[in-house]
Amino acid sequence: MATTVAAPPRYAVPHTKYERGLWSWLATVDHKKIGQLYLYTAIAFFLIGGLEALIIREQLKGPNGQLVSAEMYNQLFTMHGTTMIFLVIMPMGAAFFNYLIPLQIGARDVAFPRLNAFSYWVFLLGALFMNAGWIVGAAPDGGWFAYAPLTTQQFSPGLNMDFWVIGLQILGLSSLAAGFNFITTIINLRAPGMHFMRMPIFTWMSFVTQFLLVLAFPIITVAVTFLMLDRFFGTNFYTITAGADPLLWQHLFWLFGHPEVYILILPAFGLVSEVLPVFSRKPLFGYPVMVYSGILIGFLGFGVWAHHMFAVGMGPIADSVFGVTTMLIAIPTGVKIFNWLATMHGGSLRFTTPMLFAIGLIALFTIGGISGIMHSSPPADLQQTDTYFIVAHFHYVLFGGSMMGIFAGTYFFYPKITGRLMDERLGKIHFWLTFVGMNLAFFPMHFAGLNGMPRRIYQYQANQGWDIENLVSTWGARILGVATLVFIWNFVKSRRSGAVAGRDPWGAATIEWTLPSPPPEYNYAVIPTITSRYPLWDAKSPELTADVPHTPEGEKRTDVSVGGKETHASFKGPSDTHMASEVAHPSAKELGIAMPTPTIKPLLASIGLTVMFLGLILKHSVNYQSLWLPVLLAGVAFFVVSLYAWLLSPLEPEHH
Amino acid sequence: MAADHPHSQTTYDTHGDAHAAEHKHPTWKTYKWVALILFVVTVVEVWIYYIPSFVASRAFVPVLLVLSAAKFAIVVAFYMHLKYDAKLFRALFVFPLLIGVAVIVSLLFLFGQIAVRA
Amino acid sequence: MTAIPHEHGHAHHYTTTGLDHRKIAIWAFIGSECLFFGSLISTYLIYKGRSVVGPFPHEAWTNPSTGQTFPAILDIPVTSASTFVLLMSSLFMVLAHASVVRGDRKYSKIWLAATALAGATFLGFQAFEFTSFVHEGLTPRTNLFGSSFFILTGFHGAHVTAGVIWLITLLFIDFRRGLRPADAINVDLCALYWHFVDVVWIAIFTLIYLIQ
Ligand SMILES: [Cu+2]
Repeated sequence: MATTVAAPPRYAVPHTKYERGLWSWLATVDHKKIGQLYLYTAIAFFLIGGLEALIIREQLKGPNGQLVSAEMYNQLFTMHGTTMIFLVIMPMGAAFFNYLIPLQIGARDVAFPRLNAFSYWVFLLGALFMNAGWIVGAAPDGGWFAYAPLTTQQFSPGLNMDFWVIGLQILGLSSLAAGFNFITTIINLRAPGMHFMRMPIFTWMSFVTQFLLVLAFPIITVAVTFLMLDRFFGTNFYTITAGADPLLWQHLFWLFGHPEVYILILPAFGLVSEVLPVFSRKPLFGYPVMVYSGILIGFLGFGVWAHHMFAVGMGPIADSVFGVTTMLIAIPTGVKIFNWLATMHGGSLRFTTPMLFAIGLIALFTIGGISGIMHSSPPADLQQTDTYFIVAHFHYVLFGGSMMGIFAGTYFFYPKITGRLMDERLGKIHFWLTFVGMNLAFFPMHFAGLNGMPRRIYQYQANQGWDIENLVSTWGARILGVATLVFIWNFVKSRRSGAVAGRDPWGAATIEWTLPSPPPEYNYAVIPTITSRYPLWDAKSPELTADVPHTPEGEKRTDVSVGGKETHASFKGPSDTHMASEVAHPSAKELGIAMPTPTIKPLLASIGLTVMFLGLILKHSVNYQSLWLPVLLAGVAFFVVSLYAWLLSPLEPEHH
Repeated sequence: MAADHPHSQTTYDTHGDAHAAEHKHPTWKTYKWVALILFVVTVVEVWIYYIPSFVASRAFVPVLLVLSAAKFAIVVAFYMHLKYDAKLFRALFVFPLLIGVAVIVSLLFLFGQIAVRA
Repeated sequence: MTAIPHEHGHAHHYTTTGLDHRKIAIWAFIGSECLFFGSLISTYLIYKGRSVVGPFPHEAWTNPSTGQTFPAILDIPVTSASTFVLLMSSLFMVLAHASVVRGDRKYSKIWLAATALAGATFLGFQAFEFTSFVHEGLTPRTNLFGSSFFILTGFHGAHVTAGVIWLITLLFIDFRRGLRPADAINVDLCALYWHFVDVVWIAIFTLIYLIQ
């Protein structure tokens, strides 16, 4: 399409050290750069977590696998789960929150740009902390759910679970800070006219996700703090001999854990809800219902947690209540599936790579959703719990759901982020390898599980009815490995040689596509005024949005008067879309737009925080035990000083 | 200043709402009355704690819960001006508070610390 | 720490609601804290009466193996006094905020200092309480009551400490360059946080101290 130009736009030549090289990343407070940092970090951890999965599958490919020891296997499955959940899917969500939310609501940045940088650095250091166990040969080995009392000092001596406990504590702080930031951003930085019911659906699902984050993470923070105090200071929260209840951790963990499931899936739902209308050339079917069902899922998500605990014997009342609430939550989820199908129905479909992944999500998430409803019934769950049936279920939900949605979003927004399109041919190869590999890897697990194969075993005897299933799963995993390499190759290669995207390569409807790709630092030279849900379609192909509500002034769709200057937002005819990107883009300074000053203080504060936790883990080390308190206090001091330096310096350059 | 911020002079007045809320703020008099009520309620709470017959009665726990809930509500409504401030803040606080209370109550049920009497 | 900016943040920028970003964020933070303290309080209540050994909060306990007797741990008169101090600190806080809004430099300093002082007094009571409990034989490692009590009230105390530091910072700025009516938002944020810490204590005082 946009082939008239040779290269994506280039912006002003860097002047200061903060504008080029490593410094421009370390000191950045630009949501687009931070979004990219999240994206690259998450992809790196996707490779690590995937490698762990491949080792697991090689171990299990036949009976009596000899590749790794039981101890190593425990570390592998713990870190595979922890990595994929906390270091891949969540930061992938964060990458899209960061990059897209300000663009989609017509803002120049998030509400607290420096806090945003702080969130990323805390996340990165927490992720490294979590993985530091590998270096000392003691990676976490108690499962991603870390059930106490199993994970207390008595039953899990060694540093393994110390890394998990502290790593998760650090990661939680990152998510909480980001949550407050995005809640404020979405409430307070929507462009004029962008009512809540005009917000792009991705932003809506992200909004719900932020509330889940800030309400669910405090609970796990408390549970993990108890475990930390038990392990490091000998308190009794999980000491059974002192009268502690072995279910305390499980309840607190799953009170967080189930909302966490929606934290993982709602952003992916949002992404495919952006992709499907564009490639169906139809507005999203039932937009308000999609919004309300998202809110309802978030709300009900706090009332279903004990369905993870049917096997512990909570009694008939609790089992029934949680069984029923779990079945109820399937309703708003099902509504979404049908709305996506109805969006596609009768549309002029274009099967691009993002569209294929979005359709893949609908198909595969539905399978995972249905097996989920199967174990919402306590009697059925008693047969399935702790078997490979559960493993099959959550891989359909998290890989078939979240990852497919994330891939759809990556292919879809890559041109906005880099200015170039990803290769379609490689993209389709990636999709089909992923689709086939994923079903080969995870579908047989249903049968292995129903035949009684338990989770988390590192070896099994032959002829129990699981041999073929495991072999097929391993082949599926290998295919997924190849698919991932294709994706990485495409991702890296397209950055240089992909087709130039222009502003709106897909014919999309929302305002981020009016911006050059990649957008300038300040995003919008003029803050647009929003008159409908699909401003670009209103301007370019009004027949598509005839049924969608507009403001009474809907006719004035294209021009915006701001600050006395008569200016035009870019919702013009299609010719404007592929407007030559080499048109010079003025800098923020030339436009008189005040942008936040780059600073490394958030990074320094996050280092202080991490050093503090490093001090704690030294308490359990052999050689440096005496240093723990000095290091911890040094970390606190460094954190406090950096924080004050940060808070007492102005966000933007002083005005003259 | 306006030239520095070309987007600041929209029809949306940045300060309008904030000022309107400011004017409705309670006065010194209200603040002192609130403090007095808080003081009196706390005295009542501690006082009934020292009446053994009342402590033994079934009313003790409900009365304490109601009294402290009243104190909680008064501080939030007047000192945190939730009664006067933008409705948005009410939603941001009350919704999580309700979830938090629901979590406490349901956990106490699940752990058998409170039970429905048949 | 030479230049203390007057109004950092986005006062001049467009916001959708006309409200300050930081005020929205602090309310979201307070909402989140409801779940934080909710989990801590839940744990205390779940473990109530489940400690295998004493001492206990509301009744005396004799160690069956040593014959040593431990009094009931909680000291209601002392805690009532500290509760009163914290409640009054909330009054001082609203008066401090009102003074800054009025532009009253003298009383803003007085009330900010009074609030910080009341907070510090509360912390003094807590330190006294904690040390006397330890002397009476209760530490966080003793039993479930000790663990859940010290961690719940300790986290509350940590919040009060952070609030006192915040208040002292405001006071420092007030002495350094004076808090103007335009700075009221900064005091407002601190006040919201401070009152929230106060209402958490209202809940703790009833649920942990008074209900037996
Ligand atoms: Cu669940």
